[in-house]
Amino acid sequence: MSEITKEFSVLGKSIPRVNGADKVRGKIQFAEDLSFPGMVYGKLKLADVVHAKIIKIDTSKAEALPGVLAVITGKDTPKAYNIMHYQATEHPLANGKVRYYGEPVAAVAAINKKIATHAVTLIEVEYEELPFIIDPLKSLAQDEIRIHEEFKNNLHLDDVQSFGDVEKAFNDSHLVLEENYYTNGVHNAFIENHCAIADFNLENGKLILHTNIQLPNNTQRILSDVLDMELSQIRVKAPFIGGAFGGKTEPTPLSIVACVLSKKTGRPVKIASTRKETFYINKGRHPSYVKLKMGFKEDGTITAADVDYIIDGGAHSSWGMIIMWFSAALMHLPYKIPNIYFHGRRVFTNRPSFGAQRGVGGVQARVPVECLLDAAAQKLGKSAIELRMQNAVESGYQTKAATQVRHSEFKKCLEAIREKSGFDQKHGKLPMGRGIGVAAGHYSTGGAYLLFNSFRPHSTANIKVDPEAGITVFTGITDIGQGARTVVKQMAAEMFGVTVNDVNLFCQDTMMCPFDNGTYDSRVTYGVGHAVKNACLAAIEKLTDFVAAGMRLAPHHMICKNGQIVSKFNPKKTIPFKKAVEMYLSSVGSLYATGEYTPPQPSAKYPGGLIGPSPAFGFSAQAVEVDVDMDTGHVKIVNYWEAGDCGKVLNPMSVEGQVEGGISMGIGQCLFEDVAVSENGIPLNPNFHEYCIPGIMDMPEIDGECVESYDPTSAFGSKEIGEGPLVVVPPVFLNAVSDAIGVRMTKLPLKPETILKALGKI
Amino acid sequence: MKQVIELNVNGMNYEVAVDPQDLLIDVIRESIGLTGTKKGCGEGDCCSCSVIIDGDLVLSCITLAIACQGKKILTIESIEEKDGKLDPIQQAYVEKGAVQCGFCTPGMIMATKALLDENPNPTRDEIKRGLSGNLCRCTGYIKIADAVEHAAEQLQKRSEN
Repeated sequence: MSEITKEFSVLGKSIPRVNGADKVRGKIQFAEDLSFPGMVYGKLKLADVVHAKIIKIDTSKAEALPGVLAVITGKDTPKAYNIMHYQATEHPLANGKVRYYGEPVAAVAAINKKIATHAVTLIEVEYEELPFIIDPLKSLAQDEIRIHEEFKNNLHLDDVQSFGDVEKAFNDSHLVLEENYYTNGVHNAFIENHCAIADFNLENGKLILHTNIQLPNNTQRILSDVLDMELSQIRVKAPFIGGAFGGKTEPTPLSIVACVLSKKTGRPVKIASTRKETFYINKGRHPSYVKLKMGFKEDGTITAADVDYIIDGGAHSSWGMIIMWFSAALMHLPYKIPNIYFHGRRVFTNRPSFGAQRGVGGVQARVPVECLLDAAAQKLGKSAIELRMQNAVESGYQTKAATQVRHSEFKKCLEAIREKSGFDQKHGKLPMGRGIGVAAGHYSTGGAYLLFNSFRPHSTANIKVDPEAGITVFTGITDIGQGARTVVKQMAAEMFGVTVNDVNLFCQDTMMCPFDNGTYDSRVTYGVGHAVKNACLAAIEKLTDFVAAGMRLAPHHMICKNGQIVSKFNPKKTIPFKKAVEMYLSSVGSLYATGEYTPPQPSAKYPGGLIGPSPAFGFSAQAVEVDVDMDTGHVKIVNYWEAGDCGKVLNPMSVEGQVEGGISMGIGQCLFEDVAVSENGIPLNPNFHEYCIPGIMDMPEIDGECVESYDPTSAFGSKEIGEGPLVVVPPVFLNAVSDAIGVRMTKLPLKPETILKALGKI
Repeated sequence: MKQVIELNVNGMNYEVAVDPQDLLIDVIRESIGLTGTKKGCGEGDCCSCSVIIDGDLVLSCITLAIACQGKKILTIESIEEKDGKLDPIQQAYVEKGAVQCGFCTPGMIMATKALLDENPNPTRDEIKRGLSGNLCRCTGYIKIADAVEHAAEQLQKRSEN
């Protein structure tokens, strides 16, 4: 479509969630609500040791319990896996060794949950306990306690990216600052636990896995490898998902175990994790230790950044490589930095693994940069907003790592915050205990790489048009609650000139739907947007090519609008859409169309180069005014301002929902949440009464806005909004509290005792 | 050996076989087959499992089924207009964007109903207190508070007519 200007009629509206009515009735089926004929129940046996060799597992008593159908151990899951199948270290059931408290070592299938739960207690495991290590800084400095044989000094990753000459740049700088930062490990804490139902058909050797997974195709591929099955023998279907936030990307041990148990028993096997078990699997945000050094000219122009970055990986590899390189890439934006040196390390420890969480790699990059910028502004006697403004990137900027920022309205976000928060009038001037902080950031709108090496399109949309169903779109994306189904229907409805109710959508099913890179890294609206638009255009072209001549029009002068195919220039020249379809079907044949999208590919000439480049970036600037109780250390949020650039807003209500939800999760990481283990390596808070996520009373009202923006590289002008706002929250609070109490805060979380210690009160 | 008890759920009597330690949520979801009530934690922390028993908001994941005999239990499935359409609370949740993934939604709506039944005209602060136990990870709660305000308005308008 070669439109120069376009008014949307369905996009740009706050269309409520398309399945909203069923959700408020409780009619939506999540994984644990599903039931199948002959279904049995599985349960995992989890290790109650932190680091140990498995000497012997005696399953005889469990097997003898009436009602038990199968018992399996690590020998039944001999292949390791991880999200990228690169340096895979994790087995669904531990092989030979346990590396974290709560690691699954055996599993049972039984006719009901009670028997399964009892049977698990009858499995006897003999361990030879080993010394364990849970401090990552100690872990990498020694080699006596090696968690994985092949990784010396427990270093999963140790690599460098170097651009320009940081040493020379520092020597030529007017101001050089250096600081150490710590960001905490947190959990995705989706309210719906992990759950899988595997159904292996012994007759034809085909497997169906129903599970709440963000990446059905990736899971299918992992299963194919781990279970030694042909890809086409496996079907992965994700039911409705109760929140995911990156924590439902990697297949869980229980989902793979369910497949193995189903093959063994010939019955559908359902395994659901308890809240405690969900916390044990973890795979949340990596804790980070970052030493950041930055140089500035006298006028505040950034000259260089030197980053020493260490993340605690816990026991397994998981998403680790992507997190680390994402952080490296995110350092290059949203400010112009001409020289960057990044030394990244990921360390294994005997803790539940860390994986991917909303804003992957983002918090670990934004905290050091945003906090050090604040310190620099103070030293230079400049406004913290002005310092950011003068270094801010604009459309067309290319980072030293060769990532292109094709579109940006970042400066508008900073300007909006400057105006509405009154930051410059308040910062450094409020009474003791009261403070205001600012921070800003960006996030990628889908990465340029596929999760597994391949050159296939990242997203495809197939469309079928007929009177039997109307307009039906098939696409492999997954709706995790963020509203993907709704926006995809809006896109198709917009293109075809119908309402969202006229569009059927099939997604998150590897058999029914075309291959998709999946829902992660904010790629869906942008990526699938292109695929859906291309497919719609192809279908519309078939119809308009067919009807145009008879109406004495050129096909490209016709558009779909209000259920009609009509001339752009003469509204009297019109034919009902449904009539055109029927005519087409009778004269030409079935009406199908397909559309694809692959983002531009990076050049990847440096380590980790595939990770970070994105076809588009969203931007966010935020400010928060806080009141710190100087006696208790509690932080009260007085005012919260946000301004984001997400391109064209396709559904204002959904966009606001993403911003508000993202800020809520960020507030949790700053003020309340922390995945903790005891000094004995045992998780201390695997539940919601000790791991406290924000409740309704903890959320401030937010003065938020989307700045005027339209990204011409995007199918409908939009960019990401799901993750960018979150990564700005931790540094905005660190800066606000620093302003409030006059002490630079550099560690998360900002718990009352941390603040009181900074004040010297305890 | 299980014992057979009778539970009154959404105005209907159901005969179910239970062990003394069986939790109400499991009996509702599995024996009776009403899966609208969700189990988010099983420990009484997240309030996704909220039901209304004899007018009080109760956490079904930490309530024994046998203790609910002779009581009137209401689950999310009971919430609807007489003609089967969405009731004003449900309508408000959908319209105001208070629903994202939908997992916490049944519990939120039960808590909203319990709140508005007791306090038909709550302030925003009272709304927050009324829903203070219900955890949501998707929405950030702002639109949930908006929805409850709107529902209260709509219910007030209706009772005035």
